[in-house]
Amino acid sequence: MSGGTRLENANPLIFQRSGERLLTATDEDEDLADPIDDREIFDLIRSISDPEHPLSLEELNVVEQMRVNVNDEESTVSVEFTPTIPHCSMATLIGLSIKVKLLRSLPDRFKIDVHITPGTHASEDAVNKQLADKERVAAALENSQLLEVVNQCLSTRTM
Amino acid sequence: MAADNSVLLGLVEEFVSGQVDSKAAETVTGSSEKSIVNVIHCFSSCRLSLTSSQPQTRGRGVQLLSQVLQECYSSLSEKELEVLLAFYENRLKDHYVIIPHVLQGLKALTECSVLPPGSAVSILRSIFQDLHVQSLMVAERSCVYNILISLMESKEEELKGLGADFIFGFVQSVDGERDPRNLLLAFQVARNIIHRGYGLGKFVEELFEVMSCYFPIDFSPPPSDPHRITQEELVLSLRAVLTGTSQFAKFLLPLIIEKLDSDIQSAKVDSLQTLAACGLTYSHKELAEFLPGLWSSIRREVFQTASERVESAGLSAVSALVSCLSRSVLSSDSEDVLQVFLSLVLKDCQHHLCEPDLKLVWPSAKLLQAAAGASYRASLIVSAAVIPALLEQYNNRTQVRSCPSLTNILRTVLMYFSLCLLHKHTEDSVLVAFQQSLCSVVFSALTESSAGLQVTATGVLTALGQQPGLLAQTDVEKAVDHLTRLILEEDDTKVSLAVVECSGSLAHLHPKAFISRLIPRLKEEILSAVRQRCVTALASVSSLPSVVQESAPILLQVLASAHTGTHSFYSKISFLIIFSTLLFSYRSASRMASQAVSLFLDGDVSFLPENAFPSQIQLLQKHHLFERKKQHLWDSSCHSFTSRQVEIPEIDRLLVQLEDLSCTCPHLFSYTSAAKCFAGLVNKRPAGEALDAVLERVMKRISVELENVSSAQRTQAFTLLLWVSKALLLRYHPLSTALTDKLFALLSDPALGSQVADGFCVLMSDSLDVLNRNCHADVRIMYRQRFFAENSTKLIQGFNSAEQEEKSCYLKALSHIVSNLPRQIQLTELPALLPLLLEALSCADQAVQLSTLSCLQPVLLEPPAAIRNQLEALFSRLLALTTSPVMKVRIASLQCVHALSRLPEHMVLPFRARVLKALAVPLDDKKRLVRIKAMVARGEWFLLGSPGGK
Repeated sequence: MSGGTRLENANPLIFQRSGERLLTATDEDEDLADPIDDREIFDLIRSISDPEHPLSLEELNVVEQMRVNVNDEESTVSVEFTPTIPHCSMATLIGLSIKVKLLRSLPDRFKIDVHITPGTHASEDAVNKQLADKERVAAALENSQLLEVVNQCLSTRTM
Repeated sequence: MAADNSVLLGLVEEFVSGQVDSKAAETVTGSSEKSIVNVIHCFSSCRLSLTSSQPQTRGRGVQLLSQVLQECYSSLSEKELEVLLAFYENRLKDHYVIIPHVLQGLKALTECSVLPPGSAVSILRSIFQDLHVQSLMVAERSCVYNILISLMESKEEELKGLGADFIFGFVQSVDGERDPRNLLLAFQVARNIIHRGYGLGKFVEELFEVMSCYFPIDFSPPPSDPHRITQEELVLSLRAVLTGTSQFAKFLLPLIIEKLDSDIQSAKVDSLQTLAACGLTYSHKELAEFLPGLWSSIRREVFQTASERVESAGLSAVSALVSCLSRSVLSSDSEDVLQVFLSLVLKDCQHHLCEPDLKLVWPSAKLLQAAAGASYRASLIVSAAVIPALLEQYNNRTQVRSCPSLTNILRTVLMYFSLCLLHKHTEDSVLVAFQQSLCSVVFSALTESSAGLQVTATGVLTALGQQPGLLAQTDVEKAVDHLTRLILEEDDTKVSLAVVECSGSLAHLHPKAFISRLIPRLKEEILSAVRQRCVTALASVSSLPSVVQESAPILLQVLASAHTGTHSFYSKISFLIIFSTLLFSYRSASRMASQAVSLFLDGDVSFLPENAFPSQIQLLQKHHLFERKKQHLWDSSCHSFTSRQVEIPEIDRLLVQLEDLSCTCPHLFSYTSAAKCFAGLVNKRPAGEALDAVLERVMKRISVELENVSSAQRTQAFTLLLWVSKALLLRYHPLSTALTDKLFALLSDPALGSQVADGFCVLMSDSLDVLNRNCHADVRIMYRQRFFAENSTKLIQGFNSAEQEEKSCYLKALSHIVSNLPRQIQLTELPALLPLLLEALSCADQAVQLSTLSCLQPVLLEPPAAIRNQLEALFSRLLALTTSPVMKVRIASLQCVHALSRLPEHMVLPFRARVLKALAVPLDDKKRLVRIKAMVARGEWFLLGSPGGK
């Protein structure tokens, strides 16, 4: 994005990062099972980098905890994400990054649904359709250029 | 002599012709030392070879001579040196194959203490003239730098006489250096040049250019690097060069501004840290010109960065700049640069504090804080501008009842700010003018429900209280009421802790308010459900005698009720503990010591502040003998806390009692505490006959108990042995080896083995309550390394000769010892220990697995070369442990697997598919903590070898 092209949204609104999840006594107890919950999924995706800015999806408010729904018993996850502007061309890429992150981090049994928050993007249906299509997601990840961008978004930002 | 001579000639001949290499050199050097053959003699024996027309033969000759010189340069006389120097300087013009040996010899010669005057200059002239340093090999270049360093040490005056020629010669020889080891040396030379006042003359820019081309350093040592040069070392030594003199300022500051534009995060951090370092040496004159540029770069970084490292580096750069500007002496006609700079900062930051959406409020506040915290003048200027604006903004918001979260942010910022100012300047605070409004903000924050806000507010309150004139009497009373309310009502542990701390510090300054307001309230509630908190609060406010007068009866009342049995066993104990610490806090240490001893030995309670209650206490002691012991033990371990100077009365009687208690008492807590106290006292006892007698007695007793296999008190004896060993090991007492050997022998004891193995954890780690530096114990540095160096072979031998079922104890002991060693030692020892550690991973004992994993994990972050051959075994064991039944083992093994993803790609790529498959299992672990580690590790392994990954 740096090579002289203009950023689509040059001055996005920045939101505060939420703190680390607090450790509870139940977390430490060997015998109790902790079900996978919304916060756990949110923690997974909040640190994904935006393809345009050196900021995380959480800081841009693209993902929010209230838009994550998980049902551990039925093995379903649904994530809604909100592009910063309605014409954001990165929407598919952001969705793909979230999807890939979840695919890599969740057990096989989960059915993963990633889609745009209704009414927040011009070509919402088209993007949702692409993200829901297993074949197309797989094909996209065969493309090494696309995979490179996705991997960059998923790299941890500590260094 | 003649015989010697011919032998020598023969040996030289052999060496030069290249038949025997090391032997001849050794014999020659050996003989030159033993029979004091003088070097000139040796020199003349080599004459034939040195004048040979074959460069190879001449090379061998010089090599031999240089090796001899390296051995015996210290015995040379000035005359001999002159001859040798003339010879060597001349050799620099010789054939290139000879040069390496010539430099070796020269290096040895420069280390002589009797260098003739003028020789340093002539050596350097010949080196600079006859050599093109950068076309030499790494080792020879290093030789040149070492010659420079040792000449700078011994002949500083002469080199300074060379003037700018020296600088020029150095610049020429360094230009283009690439080897990190040599760079470290070159940086050292440059640092010497700058710090020791060599005149740079007209070569300032050249020297800067040749050094600054390495900035910012981007170097990651290869994993197999035996020299262990870290990026950190290079960065620091280069920084010392660049920031060493203000003559570099006009070149360095633009460079920093340029590098701040870089995309690489480490470059940004390095630039900001370098800038902060400049603040120490520069004055306002150098900085003035570049301030706008520097400021706009720093501001951009702090406002836009996502990384906390960059942010904190930026903030400390601002602080450094401000404190440098505040320090500078102004001349009458120059403008106040500090004022100019701060007005820049204020202009860019202040309006963010007042914007309705508060988007950049945090970074702006942090920048302003960094600037204000740097100096008194700066804090005056900044707070005069910022605090009224913030207060006004806050008042407006509370009036119009705008979004409560924004008001909270504002409030937090405000308090954060004042906290910083309050801590920085203890006298004549700038906040006096805003005292009233500040107090009201603090009080309103104390009534909020947010825990973070409350903690900050108590912090501000504490700070306000510390400064005279900032809390009026009415405010103190209000504050005490708030604190009382929070003590009684607040359940959040962090808030409670902060409140108790704040009460403690305020009670010390305003005891009256606490006596009249807090204590009566607590008295009412002390037997209610929140008594634990009440007692803690009472203990913390009772630091002055007048307060103790009031609080002690209440605590005694609690003790009495404990006696009547309404409370659980454990709360009684904690009351006792609090009570005794309370006593300690307000009496002087030495008086306390004698009282505690008499309490322990004789049950004497006459010194207790309220004599109205002794009957109950007596009762308590009769009926709860067991608890009494615990209280006493606690008292005496407080003893071990007190400083070494405190004279402890009747120490011998005390020691006997403690020894008795620790050997006979059946209760774990009691005998362990007794052993700890005993150890604490033994550790501090001055060496001498008294100590020897005590040790001899206790050793005899321990041995008797331990040898009697049927004895019921073996565990007690072992506990005492363990703590006494620790006490002696810490102070390097000669007996400690005998004691630790006993521990090693006990490892194969069928009944105690496992406990003994765990004991090594006690032995090697810092204990929290006794035998640490805070308790003034006698702790020598590096006792762990020493213990490891002396005992690692014993342990390995013990392991090899042990029976199969005893091996696990040895492994456990080993992993405890190794995991407590400093990182550097672990790295060097790992190659030898790796097979054993791998064995420990497959050992069934989960404690062994855990401690081995915890010791492997940091090592894997920077893995040594030895690990390369063991990867297969390592992976199969680690991956098997990711499904262990113990949560901590699963977590630790996943962390190790994660760490392995950072190894060089070609080493670990073959394992990628296997790791990804194995890590899919813990993704569905029932514990969240395990799943999180598995997700992180698997994510990293997916990135490995994938485009855009690593």
